[in-house]
Amino acid sequence: MQNVLQIVWLVPFFPLIGFLIVGLFRKQLSKTLTAIIGCGMVLLPFLLSIWIFILVKNGGGYVADYFNFISAGSLKVSFALQVDALSALFLLIVTGVSFIIHVYSTTYMKEETKEHYGRFFSYMNLFVFSMILLVMGANFIIMFIGWEGVGLCSYLLIGYWFKNKEYNKAADKAFIFNRIGDLGFLIALFWIISKAGSVSFEDVFSKTSVFSSSDITIITLLLFVGATGKSAQIPLYTWLPDAMAGPTPVSALIHAATMVTAGVYMIARSNALYSLAPVTENIIAIVGLATAILAATIALKQNDIKKVLAYSTVSQLGYMFLALGVGAYSTGVFHVMTHAFFKALLFLAAGSVIHAMGGEQDIRKMGGLKGKMKITYLTFLFGCIAISGIPPFSGFFSKDAILLAAFEHNKILYAIALFGALLTAFYMFRLLFLAFNGSFRGTEEQQHHLHESPAGMTIPLIILAILAFAGGFVGIPEILMKGGDKLTEFLSPVIPVHSVELVSHSTEMMLMVISTVLVLLVIVFAWYRFRKYHSVEEKGIGKFLENKWYVDELYEKVIANPVNRFAAFLNKFIEKSLIDGIVNGVGRLVNYGSRQVRLLQSGQVGNYVLLMVLSMLLIFVIQFFLRK
Amino acid sequence: MPINYYIFLSLALFAIGIVGVLIRRNAIIVFMCIEIMLNAANLLLVAFSKMHHLQQAATQASAGTDGQIFVFFIMVVAAAEVSVGLAIIVMMFRNVHSIDINFLNRLKH
Repeated sequence: MQNVLQIVWLVPFFPLIGFLIVGLFRKQLSKTLTAIIGCGMVLLPFLLSIWIFILVKNGGGYVADYFNFISAGSLKVSFALQVDALSALFLLIVTGVSFIIHVYSTTYMKEETKEHYGRFFSYMNLFVFSMILLVMGANFIIMFIGWEGVGLCSYLLIGYWFKNKEYNKAADKAFIFNRIGDLGFLIALFWIISKAGSVSFEDVFSKTSVFSSSDITIITLLLFVGATGKSAQIPLYTWLPDAMAGPTPVSALIHAATMVTAGVYMIARSNALYSLAPVTENIIAIVGLATAILAATIALKQNDIKKVLAYSTVSQLGYMFLALGVGAYSTGVFHVMTHAFFKALLFLAAGSVIHAMGGEQDIRKMGGLKGKMKITYLTFLFGCIAISGIPPFSGFFSKDAILLAAFEHNKILYAIALFGALLTAFYMFRLLFLAFNGSFRGTEEQQHHLHESPAGMTIPLIILAILAFAGGFVGIPEILMKGGDKLTEFLSPVIPVHSVELVSHSTEMMLMVISTVLVLLVIVFAWYRFRKYHSVEEKGIGKFLENKWYVDELYEKVIANPVNRFAAFLNKFIEKSLIDGIVNGVGRLVNYGSRQVRLLQSGQVGNYVLLMVLSMLLIFVIQFFLRK
Repeated sequence: MPINYYIFLSLALFAIGIVGVLIRRNAIIVFMCIEIMLNAANLLLVAFSKMHHLQQAATQASAGTDGQIFVFFIMVVAAAEVSVGLAIIVMMFRNVHSIDINFLNRLKH
């Protein structure tokens, strides 16, 4: 088995090759060929991932060490890829969902010109490559390369329509926010190197005794700062909703399969460190929960179909972090998986809607799409049910596991998390009812244009709908089925299982019933509220939420403005006056000096001789005085 | 004769040479003044050479002769210089019909 797994480098290799071919020959390759290469280079790693998954399932992990990557003093970093339960699972999610999104994109982006079509697919392949590197890296450095890679690709893809200034700004924002987080990651990395002298996961996690408890707390906190940037948690979450500027498949890719799950993966991977840092865990739980609630309340009042989904992603990521924070790492990973299915589904379905509406994203101008777009409607409904957490859809199992873990940890966390889950159900069904029920509110032209999307888009939707329905069956809680929680069992080599039962079965059952009944009630309420659309001007709290708690404005005022003003000050005084003054001053001095010195060269031979004689006299005089 | 006489004579010659170079404009006169300066130096060299020879002749037969040999070198150089210098002056006269050194400032333009 060891020898066989030496070829795991092929997994990141294929998307990289795809990126190069499609990117370099985008002017030569026809669209069909681009699509085939683009999708194929994601399909191949997916097939490999299945094979790896089966091998890993049958026993153990493997670290494939290829070559010495960095060697400085006593620090040796090798280019090594790791295959174990956690990375095998993430590989499946990343490559599988990405492949479906790639297939969907071939149809969604077909109106682009050949060149831009190629550019799109090359970025997408690079994105998948970076994400694979991130989850397969066997040390923090390789992980960091992938970590930066997804940041870069998100920038490229969010700014894909680079002629639009707003979109470029959104891309910049995503990149800058990610950089802020990356700084935390980087400092943590240096800290680990200085304490442990190694960056490989194997060394660091097996020798946690070299860290003092304050070291661990600081390292884990800094890593968490990195995770807040990449996984859009408070305070660095505002880039994610703006990332909607990219094409819809990109949103699906960023939100579901890649990028935002990186933070969750990193923390789950470092669980050996985190479980030693209770302070950090509490902070993560609180930040995660706060993000979940904040984003859910904002999503209540958004009118852009993609914005609602974006805030729901932020909110769901908050749940994942809540799970990580209360120590339920495998549950967090479970939610990553189910979320990848239903969020990719929701985004792609939203893309289908936007496609049919001719680019319109405002749900106030939709309505009644149910009749015209049956498949999209049904799949979107599946996604909504899954994210709301109604059994037996996938979201139920993962969300309920998180709620249970929160309940075991702290009852208040549970209550707030449950409230957030109800908000989730409410805003998702508001979205569903506003978009698909009632009567059409757009223009005549749009109504005429309405149509179900072609098979290239609906088939991925159907596959994802099935996954969103069935994806939760790998993690059925013990009380419903003996040995049903296969995922935790599968992950147990990486994430140790605590088999202590803190909650009795009857309580657990009761919690499930409570959350399900409440969610159903909320859905009925949402139906009652939104089956007919009334246009109302938002005021008070509604306006506050519609404007996203004015967080962007706050950042603008508190951080961006002072920085800009400071930059303007530097530009005006330091740059213009001081530095330019020095540079120009030197030039002016030389100019003036040379103009004066030039007068000496008069051309009069007599002058020269006189000067010569005088200077010789001077030398003699000096000589005379210096002699003694 | 005491060495002082030679020194003062050569000093006077040298001063005449310098002043001549500084104040005269005729290229040939300037040239001659330069020669006077050279010869002032030669005179001094020969004088000192003779002085050293007289002082050390008892112990060393060739004492002080190197100064006189040096003078020959200077003469040779001076002869070469004269030929070049006169050639320059001739060329100058052909060009500007004058041997006033102030006309040489045309090289500047």
